[in-house]
Amino acid sequence: MAAPLSYLGVGLDRPRVGVFEFTSCEGCQLQLVNNEATLLDFLNLIELVNFREAMSERSDDYDIALVEGSISRADEVARLKEIRTNARLLVALGSCACFGGVNQLKNRFGDLDWVKKKVYGDFPIASQEVRPLADFVAVDLMIYGCPPKKEEIEKVVTNLVVGKKVAMPKYPVCMECKANENICLFTLGEPCLGPITRAGCDAWCPNHRRGCWGCRGPAEAANVRELEAIMARHGFSREAMLDRLECFGGFSSQVAALRGQPRRPRKARSSKRS
Amino acid sequence: MIFATFSKKELPRLFDLLAPNTVVGPVQKGLDRAGRPLYDFDVIYRFQDLRLDYPTTIHSAKRHFLPHRESLCTFTLQGNDWEKQVDYNVYKPVVFFGLHACDINALNKLDKVLSSPPYPNPYYTAKRRNMFIIGQGCQPQPQCFCRSMGTDTALHGFDLFLTDLGDRYFAEILSATAYQFLQKIITRPPTAKDHDRYKEVVTERNQQFQTTVDTTDLTKLLDLEFESAAWQQWGDKCLSCGTCANVCPTCYCYGVEETVDLDLRGAAKTKYLYSCNLIDFAEVAGGHNFRPQTATRLKYRYYHKHRGFVEAYEESLCVGCGRCGEACLAGITVPDVLASVRALGG
Repeated sequence: MAAPLSYLGVGLDRPRVGVFEFTSCEGCQLQLVNNEATLLDFLNLIELVNFREAMSERSDDYDIALVEGSISRADEVARLKEIRTNARLLVALGSCACFGGVNQLKNRFGDLDWVKKKVYGDFPIASQEVRPLADFVAVDLMIYGCPPKKEEIEKVVTNLVVGKKVAMPKYPVCMECKANENICLFTLGEPCLGPITRAGCDAWCPNHRRGCWGCRGPAEAANVRELEAIMARHGFSREAMLDRLECFGGFSSQVAALRGQPRRPRKARSSKRS
Repeated sequence: MIFATFSKKELPRLFDLLAPNTVVGPVQKGLDRAGRPLYDFDVIYRFQDLRLDYPTTIHSAKRHFLPHRESLCTFTLQGNDWEKQVDYNVYKPVVFFGLHACDINALNKLDKVLSSPPYPNPYYTAKRRNMFIIGQGCQPQPQCFCRSMGTDTALHGFDLFLTDLGDRYFAEILSATAYQFLQKIITRPPTAKDHDRYKEVVTERNQQFQTTVDTTDLTKLLDLEFESAAWQQWGDKCLSCGTCANVCPTCYCYGVEETVDLDLRGAAKTKYLYSCNLIDFAEVAGGHNFRPQTATRLKYRYYHKHRGFVEAYEESLCVGCGRCGEACLAGITVPDVLASVRALGG
């Protein structure tokens, strides 16, 4: 058993933590274990009791549930509700859990039976519309990103352990991008959702000269209409912007507003397709 | 003021003499989508990287005296006890090689806030006291309106100011350090011909300004037009992204974050530059936000630069470098905003 935890001489409880996944690539969980330099300190802060990707033990007795992935099957709904009942604090980890993530792109096709057939053929598989966790249970905290920054997860967990306020940036990625003194991607001729996407990633993609795809969802004063005008002025099509806005699901309400109305479900199947 | 002239061939020698320090100057950073060169300030290791012909830079040189993020102090925790370590983050003197007048004036303005009583900022002041500034005459760009702000020439705030006379530089010497460095290269006192050429060059340069801002009674105008519809119009465009403040050579507003190390054995207090355009700039304890509307936040940025600062220091906090307007994706520029407030009224 690890030595008791204390901060400035004040004893702290080591929270029991479970890590769970639903429909996802499991990359967010991988972030938890992929920073070897700080891994031992991280693990010392918590008592890990359930983490399929990293340990054999399974316990349903935990305080904090870090939940990755979106919900795309009925059995996942049941399991999520169970986790919610067990956990004192349920944390949505990453874009899939927060917004549906890349998985929710399939919802765009409207006719989900057609999608299933296209991907799985006649293989029997349960699959339904992809939804974020918050559509089924109360989510206490969201850690954004595809994937989240390891440093950010560590900071959140440290703050939870010592009882400090957990706050995510409300401003957009531009703020961090400019602080890093990058050249604006629009200047270089690339589209970017940085002006409307929530920061906290330290402008991860723009730092590498890749335009932002909005994985962290909207900033709190996201001026989507103005970005639409900016995209047009720079010669990017409306669809190019919508592609990015729709990619992770964080901008679903803004997309609905931009499209005017929800897409009509695909009903008629052309003979060429099938 | 002491004047001297020296051949352009002497400049690399001056650079080499200063090179044991950290030298910061304009460099080319790539090309924009139309193939035009982009410039920024960076640490210079070779004289040939220095691009003194730069039109302007994307960002100001701010990060070298007001870093976007700066550790104010760290704490070592042991048992019930703790120890504080303070570092002003100055390790070597910094030579600024080729600052334009607007950027030198920006430092002079910052000094009034950050290096003056009653609360001089030791982090800024320590860096300021360890600076050697070589100014350089500029070619006004279409977005430059420094002439309207009275910052198109620098009267102080530099050690040496160079004006390009073709094959030679006309040097204004303002510090003993600069004088001593010039003793080590070949200079000569300027002749009447040099004076004439200097005046010609400066006059020619001054005729190139294209953008002006009418600052007549600007503080009063801003008081009168507090409810102007213009603010809402610009607010509708504003992205609340803080880009204007980040590229501005004089925006100094900041936040402080306290973090606890992952191993709980240390903590840190970090200052980071913030922007009054960000949504939670005026959010206070308890969650109330005094400026939840974008238009209100944008307006207050103008009121700080062009009204509040003038009231406190009898000069504007804007140096007219035009960087904010160039960087703003929504195309919000200071000349346009102030002109619209003047024209539109209430």
